[in-house]
Amino acid sequence: MSEAMDFKVIGTRPIRPDGVDKVTGRASFGADFSLPGMLEGAVLRSPHAHARIKSIKTDAALAASGVKAVVTGADFPQVAAGAIEGGEGGGDFADLAGNVIARGKVRYHGHAVAAVAAQSRAQALAALALIEVEYETLPAVLSLDAALAESAPLIDEGLMTSGLAEPATAPSNLASVIEMGNGDLDAGFADAALIVERRYQTPTVHQGYIEPHACVGRWGQDDQAMLWCCTQGAFDVRSMTAKVLGQPVGSLKVIPSEIGGGFGGKTTVYLEPLALLLSKKSGRPVRMVMTREEVFRATGPASAATIDLRMGFSQDGKITAAEATMAYEAGAFPGSPVGPGTMCVFAPYRIANFRIKGMDVLVNKPKAAAYRAPGAPQALFATESAMDEAADKLGIDPIELRLRNAVEEGDSAIYGPKFGPIGLRACLEAAAAHPHYTKAKDAGVGRGVAVGFWFNVGLQSSAEVHINEDGTVTVIEGNPDIGGSRASMALMAAETLGVPYESVRVVVADTETAGFTNVTGGSRVTFATGMAVVEASKDIIAQCCSRAASLWSTDEDMVEWRDGAVHPRPGVNVEAKPLSLKDLAGKAGRTGGPLLGKASLNARGAGPGFSVNLCDALVDQETGQVQVKAFTAIQDAGKAIHPSYVEGQLQGGAVQGIGWALNEEYVYSPEGVMENAGFLDYRIPVASDLPMIDTQIIEVPNPGHPYGVRGVGETPIVAPLAAVANAVSASAGVRMTELPLSPPRVLEALDQA
Amino acid sequence: MAKVHVPFDLRHLAEGAAVLEVRGTCYRSLMAALRDRYPVLEAALVRDKAFVLDGEILDSPLLEAVAPASEIHFLPRIGGG
Amino acid sequence: MKVHVQTEVNGEAVEFLCDPTATLLDVLRDNLGLRGSKEGCGTGDCGACSVELDGALACSCLILAAETQGRSVATIEGVATPEALHPLQSHLLKSAGLQCGVCTPGIVVAAKHLLEEDPNPTEEAVRYFLAGNLCRCTGYDKIIRAVLDAAAEMRGEAA
Repeated sequence: MSEAMDFKVIGTRPIRPDGVDKVTGRASFGADFSLPGMLEGAVLRSPHAHARIKSIKTDAALAASGVKAVVTGADFPQVAAGAIEGGEGGGDFADLAGNVIARGKVRYHGHAVAAVAAQSRAQALAALALIEVEYETLPAVLSLDAALAESAPLIDEGLMTSGLAEPATAPSNLASVIEMGNGDLDAGFADAALIVERRYQTPTVHQGYIEPHACVGRWGQDDQAMLWCCTQGAFDVRSMTAKVLGQPVGSLKVIPSEIGGGFGGKTTVYLEPLALLLSKKSGRPVRMVMTREEVFRATGPASAATIDLRMGFSQDGKITAAEATMAYEAGAFPGSPVGPGTMCVFAPYRIANFRIKGMDVLVNKPKAAAYRAPGAPQALFATESAMDEAADKLGIDPIELRLRNAVEEGDSAIYGPKFGPIGLRACLEAAAAHPHYTKAKDAGVGRGVAVGFWFNVGLQSSAEVHINEDGTVTVIEGNPDIGGSRASMALMAAETLGVPYESVRVVVADTETAGFTNVTGGSRVTFATGMAVVEASKDIIAQCCSRAASLWSTDEDMVEWRDGAVHPRPGVNVEAKPLSLKDLAGKAGRTGGPLLGKASLNARGAGPGFSVNLCDALVDQETGQVQVKAFTAIQDAGKAIHPSYVEGQLQGGAVQGIGWALNEEYVYSPEGVMENAGFLDYRIPVASDLPMIDTQIIEVPNPGHPYGVRGVGETPIVAPLAAVANAVSASAGVRMTELPLSPPRVLEALDQA
Repeated sequence: MAKVHVPFDLRHLAEGAAVLEVRGTCYRSLMAALRDRYPVLEAALVRDKAFVLDGEILDSPLLEAVAPASEIHFLPRIGGG
Repeated sequence: MKVHVQTEVNGEAVEFLCDPTATLLDVLRDNLGLRGSKEGCGTGDCGACSVELDGALACSCLILAAETQGRSVATIEGVATPEALHPLQSHLLKSAGLQCGVCTPGIVVAAKHLLEEDPNPTEEAVRYFLAGNLCRCTGYDKIIRAVLDAAAEMRGEAA
């Protein structure tokens, strides 16, 4: 446990190992790779949100100048249903395959229908126009209400709702239902002095990573294939692509490039199977790069949600009962994150009487993908808005109201298990004492408070630690570095081995070089892969102790590792100078061969992350424009390995959440065509929209990690939605319950007030 | 015997029980004992839920030791971004 | 018909053949192998492809390669010297002003242009100048601080 630990390098802020490459433009991202003889691929996408494909004619395209291959759904094997493992819950391989390329039916505008490889991108695009697809259009289902209506058009004619007490008797767009509950809801509400009951709505939004999806695929005549791509998980790309193509996993090698943002959106495959099949047909390597428009139309939005919430409070602010009915849009295939949403919605609080119902609903939009704490931002937008309203009506300080209900170590979470050490109370106390909270507000400014929560996960990781002959260290791991994780790995290896940070280099390796490692996601890399790096470093220490003992002709239990070197144990009568890692590296060949440490594990002990956000916002009463004047993100990191990158996670998540709250949404035409598929019209926050984002890192060590780490990356996006909305509501004098709080919506609320 | 908390939405498969006392020394034997008593419930748990042993969400359990005092929950699966 | 273009990139004379419709970004990346400029949108909204053309800041995805005939282009590859990083680059590293790093080349090129025009910008001036350079990871805080620190260093003040 880290409380008593005296760290040498952990907690410092060194420059990341890959930094110079990234500030000079030398780092190689997804679209930066090329091979001799490479073709350019392009995708024909559905012009309809919902239609049956009656026929596809590709002859003219195949005969066009420069075209070397064309593929359609008919070229791909049928993939059997089966759960996708690896922490991306809710996914199914058959659905994944159906999303990669349509078969029989297109389910959203932008769904891939065919793909072409040609000598140039211009030729490939010209050939797309020659593919003749005959569609029978079907009515598009674009909202939760429309999808759940009695006579709604069916997106999947075979979909029977799962999770019902009585098995479904007819297909519908309701993929699954989840229910949780405890206590006596009626009695709880009967005890309430105040009941807050409202409907909260959040729109479809996109992760908005700046780098579009890109890959190069090369298929050999021996059926051995290689993929270079930007992904959060090379091993996940390998298993998914192999499954979609019906190939053995071992026949595919995936080489991850640097990754230009993902936030959950690059944990699945879109182009990769298409590029490989085009390569197989053409006998040439094929590069495929999405345009920004394609990224919006065909990749991972986060689910829109409608949450009906009812919370009862006693006069002194205790929650007496809570009820939530949560419907999340899955997009065109089942698998919205409503499950985790139902677990998060009341997770920060002690509530004896509650009912929660979650619904996973199909609509004719792109299949929802993971987005940072999937399912939690929508859920806690609702709860934290209701908490704010209750605080206001009860005349209790909003932080105090939360403190009166906050979960602590030993409490059972509303979803069942007991919490270990958690930092919610510490975050709330820090928020109450923070200068942001104690200073007076400027005129007209509203101040919002909100709590965030995410589970964090462990999953499987591998690491190797190689000691070079001069004592320098090479760490080999398999998690693409999306935000400075090489630095964290190097810090943990340096701390464990007692060597300078600068002597450690970290390599993010491909699927044939690194041991199996799950995705860069779930806030797991510093926790789980960090644990593997620490274990592999300890393996090195054990080998060093054994070799030193041999050199000193003594037993292993007569020596110990201390300050980066093997020493004789105190009192042991050995005349020897301590042997450092460098000393032993120089003698490695003569003491048994190279020093190579390994670890592979399925990490247990992930600790949940809580946060508190404070937001000051000013509403322009004339225009409805909202200005964020100040923002503070406070979060429990367990132990911050590299504090700058922890702060960066808090700041980045805060701003994504501010975008979700204020501007971002998919705007659809009645026909189901997204009308704002570009950064000009889908407006993510820009530098001039924002103030500095203040941060405070709380450290309640996680006993499940050797240095106390708990995941950090996802929790930061959870609290901002309600923190902003509560601030806006206060400034506007109207309770805002539907995001985004764009000027027209705020103006409308002001007019009605 | 370990305490198995039956998910709210699957209690109809366990004759309405919220908690079951189940014998087993590891995940495998516990689930086998559960299968003997409530085969439909066991199948639904394996298909749709994540296994939680004493507060720890286990991604792919098999041999994990279960103690007589263990508390077991089944939760919706969590994806990560 | 391809177009023959002679121009200057980072102070070196270059010539290439390109389609009349090819953008400067396409040619930098595909013909000249200068892949530090990134395509984030292709519509001039994200700034990841920022370059200077005859000293003016521009999105290279909005410039036709053929337009650069006889002109001068400066890209991210020309910012650092063999001996040293530009102060902006050093301060971005020191401040952790990048996470994924894909927007970083554009930020460096744009911020360098700003500091050449205004060596002592306010925070607000930096924010408005960089409003055309999208970053989705950092929330901009550490980027803005890095630019202000680099400006201070370049003015000879302790950063």
